[in-house]
Amino acid sequence: MKCQHCEKQAVFHITELEAGAVRELHLCEDHARTYLNQSEAAAESAAEDEAEGEPAGGALSGPLGVGQTAEELALLDQRSCSMCGITFFEFRNQGRLGCPHDYVQFEKELEPLIANIHGATEHTGRRPSRSAAGLAEGTEELTAVIGLRQQMKESIACEDYEKAKEHRDAIRVIEDRWLGGGNATKGSA
Amino acid sequence: MKLEALTQSIGEWLRGTGPESDIVMSSRVRLARNVAHYPFVSRASEQDRAEIERFLRDRIAGSAVGQDLEYIDVGRLEDIDRQFLVERQLISREHAEAQGARGVAIDRMEQVSLMINEEDHLRIQCMHSGLDLKGVWEQIRAVDDQIEKVVPYAFHPRFGYLTACPTNVGTGIRVSVMLHLPALVITRQIDKVFRSLHKISLAVRGLYGEGSQAMGDFYQISNQTTLGRTEEELVEQVGDVVPVLIDYERRAREFLVRETQQNVHDQVSRAYGILRTAQTISAEETMQLLSRVRMGVLLGLIGDVKIADINSLLVRTQPAHLQKLRGVELDTNDRNIERARYLRQHFEGGEGSRASVN
Ligand SMILES: [Zn+2]
Ligand SMILES: [Zn+2]
Repeated sequence: MKCQHCEKQAVFHITELEAGAVRELHLCEDHARTYLNQSEAAAESAAEDEAEGEPAGGALSGPLGVGQTAEELALLDQRSCSMCGITFFEFRNQGRLGCPHDYVQFEKELEPLIANIHGATEHTGRRPSRSAAGLAEGTEELTAVIGLRQQMKESIACEDYEKAKEHRDAIRVIEDRWLGGGNATKGSA
Repeated sequence: MKLEALTQSIGEWLRGTGPESDIVMSSRVRLARNVAHYPFVSRASEQDRAEIERFLRDRIAGSAVGQDLEYIDVGRLEDIDRQFLVERQLISREHAEAQGARGVAIDRMEQVSLMINEEDHLRIQCMHSGLDLKGVWEQIRAVDDQIEKVVPYAFHPRFGYLTACPTNVGTGIRVSVMLHLPALVITRQIDKVFRSLHKISLAVRGLYGEGSQAMGDFYQISNQTTLGRTEEELVEQVGDVVPVLIDYERRAREFLVRETQQNVHDQVSRAYGILRTAQTISAEETMQLLSRVRMGVLLGLIGDVKIADINSLLVRTQPAHLQKLRGVELDTNDRNIERARYLRQHFEGGEGSRASVN
């Protein structure tokens, strides 16, 4: 996909909310930087406006909806997912989440965003059937494997093979339970 | 190889049959699904992507629908073959242009396609010719049921099926119909129609167009929200508006015939004339002209041309199809010359030689 401002490949895919409507931006690195700088400038001026009693608006009322000050946002942006490590800032820039656990980790922050997009926050459609492999309660337990794999890699990097083996075993237990033997991750511990 | 066989056929969605197929080209539903135990695609490492691809490919092959599907390793295809699959609407442009391990499983009828490692780990798509959203929904639901038996989908008790982008979360469903609306375009009513669709939160997009300008008067109408309503309700939301649009288009066609018969006849005849005689022609112009001829056939202004033939030409004159049909790679200029030749041959050779402009 091309950048919407030039011929370069779009590498940033940003989902913004404006007046309740979703706007997707597809930008190359340069245009993304320009755009983000503008957003930051807008955020700063919005914060100033707010100090002067003006309601915050513009770019800041983007993904998060309402009422966030620049400081609160900055703090929130640094928060990261305990499984895949994505920060909220990265999500805001890319418009794409990192892993299923993000919906748990950032539940409070995502809720207004989801409400804005869909006008609802409760799924009322199909559910994985209880007999199926995708047992609904299984998601969180199975998703923990993402974090364990990361820890295993780190242990290997530190040459702590004892720890790495523990992580690998923990992964196997979860995968055996939810995926049924044979198809376990070929983690190279 | 499978792709060569596809060159000789036309996809299900272009058969030109099915209810209301004079206006509704195709009905499509797609479901976005992710496995619970890997990061979403944009955050997955190269190794993750390879493992996700292997996991899903194996599980799908072992599922009850596996034996009806043929698997294509999209990551290993040549660019032109990926483009070919995009033109057939079996994979998305994003899937074609992505990086790393990815693939697609397709059934022989080209109704079902399962993209692995698109924006989500799995995108299931089902497409029928004409207006048949209910039939499409029944079919894709059955496929999803079988896959769910062997794949642990990421699911949240409150948010539903979890997707890489929050705009798809919940049902993960995108219901769409591809409509041919030339009379609404000619009578300049199309913008008004689209504005009213936006108001009821339906999205409108053009056919192959990368920009906002739809090519050849083909438009795709789809749902914008995926959470808070059931799949059936969302299928209905799109389905309910289609008869209204069909009615508008029919009335606009009647108006054209009644009030501007000579103008329309002239436009259609000229379009047909160019297609039969041009020496070089772009893909965009071809689509625009085929669209007008298609309308001409439906209005009874052109005889002896079949709608299915025009539908087939719409795809076969696309760049990758043209090159695969000719068996050589061609640059843009050569493609335009080859496309014109292909069109002339088609209209002079078979049915076209007997075709008469009434
Ligand atoms: Zn750019
Ligand atoms: Zn995560």
